[in-house]
Amino acid sequence: QKVSVEVLDHLEHLALVDFRDSEGVERLQKAIQFADQLHEVNTDGVEPMDSVLEDRWCLYLREDEVTEGNCTKELLENARETVEEYFVAPPG
Amino acid sequence: VLNRRCVEAAVMTGLALNCHINKKSLFDRKHYFYADMPAGYQITQQRVPIAVNGSLSYSLCIDNKMNQMVTKTVRIKQIQLEQDSGKSLHDDTRSQTLVDLNRAGVGLMELVMEPDMCCGEEAAAAVRELQLILQTLGSSQAVMAEGQLRVDANVSVHHPGEPYGVRTEVKNINSIRFLAKAVDYEIQRQIQEIGNGGTILNETRAFDSKLGCTVPMRDKEGKQDYRFMPEPNLPPLILYDAKSLPANMNHQQVINIDWIHERLPDLPSVIREKLVEQYGILPEHSFTLLNEDGLAEFFESVVKQTQMKPKKVIGWILNDLLSYLKQHSLTVKESPVTSFLLADLLNLLEKKEISSTAAKRVLAELWKGEGKTPLEAVKEHKLELLQDQKELEQICQAVIDGQENEVIMMVLR
Repeated sequence: QKVSVEVLDHLEHLALVDFRDSEGVERLQKAIQFADQLHEVNTDGVEPMDSVLEDRWCLYLREDEVTEGNCTKELLENARETVEEYFVAPPG
Repeated sequence: VLNRRCVEAAVMTGLALNCHINKKSLFDRKHYFYADMPAGYQITQQRVPIAVNGSLSYSLCIDNKMNQMVTKTVRIKQIQLEQDSGKSLHDDTRSQTLVDLNRAGVGLMELVMEPDMCCGEEAAAAVRELQLILQTLGSSQAVMAEGQLRVDANVSVHHPGEPYGVRTEVKNINSIRFLAKAVDYEIQRQIQEIGNGGTILNETRAFDSKLGCTVPMRDKEGKQDYRFMPEPNLPPLILYDAKSLPANMNHQQVINIDWIHERLPDLPSVIREKLVEQYGILPEHSFTLLNEDGLAEFFESVVKQTQMKPKKVIGWILNDLLSYLKQHSLTVKESPVTSFLLADLLNLLEKKEISSTAAKRVLAELWKGEGKTPLEAVKEHKLELLQDQKELEQICQAVIDGQENEVIMMVLR
């Protein structure tokens, strides 16, 4: 099954990735074929797995306490442009 | 890392809204690009949310009179836990968006309702009741103006008997009043559009509070593909009840639904019923008492401090005190007339030391907040009812000897 131009455009738009040349498309094609092998396994009556640790991995619940913060200056230094403690982004 | 308090709040809210709590719920990533979401995805519960299939009952006044109230219900489809994004401020003049990331990552509860409401008034009443419930539970302060409660309205129209029409999503609604306006405007807009032979687009629109209308939002084009995937960093959330409680688990890591259920406070609807039963007031009265923050407590405090019957006290609270508060845009907490002062005044009236007309005048005096007691105000303006029999006879005689008109005026007073 070939990957259509519409699907490519859609993926490029969603992931902001450029499939510049046909080599990229080829690689994508091969990756999809490789992943499709999953369909060969019969999963009838088997519950999807959430984690390899299964029931032994409990979701850790943290207390409602503030344990970090007050790092405004450091975080804002990451940005090229800031206005009065706001990050600046393009409109829209 | 998931905050325990978020889970407790979601369970409490789910229980208060008669939901089925899912003992196992899952987390997913919802991918999209936007400046206020630096990670590029939002953690939510798309496959299995924490609570489903609940209901919210609310009251509506028919005909705008407070005499008749009907109870309506809206079904709750689900409640899910998710992350908040940052806050965007659009600066169109400088062609930029300012982003505040302080609230990014903070836990949210999203409540999805079924399309059971038919107009702005119903939506407003339902959300108001939800607000009271959330405040009573302590799940949220639910102040819309501060973004603590955000409402997006999905609106569609259809002819009776036909399937539901295409819906639009209306965002940027900042108060309950605006919610009603936005919903009613959008209903009319859609009806007109269809009447003119047009079709409704499945789009997102913003409510413009200044113009009172909805406008298309420029940045949401077409249908979004969020590419949902299970969140790898958060395993399933497991909740327990009395039966399934594990014996040897760390107490702090366990959430017991039954334990939370037992500790739910009385919901507004129950509080209203109790007020009606305990004090003999009307359902409409208890509705108004709960609708003003602190008013029910004020009323009960006055009743405790006065001999006047609650059925009479309620009139003074709802007609006199409340209208003063509204006129001066004050909250109950800011009232210059405390429950102690009002009770004092009503006691004078009950003991027949002053007339009710005089009482109203005294209340006006007390309202000035000059620190006078009711008794001081009465003495100052000589509003005491005459009790002395002889003195009354003298006055009456003098008047009768005088003119007929004056007798009539005296009797009427």
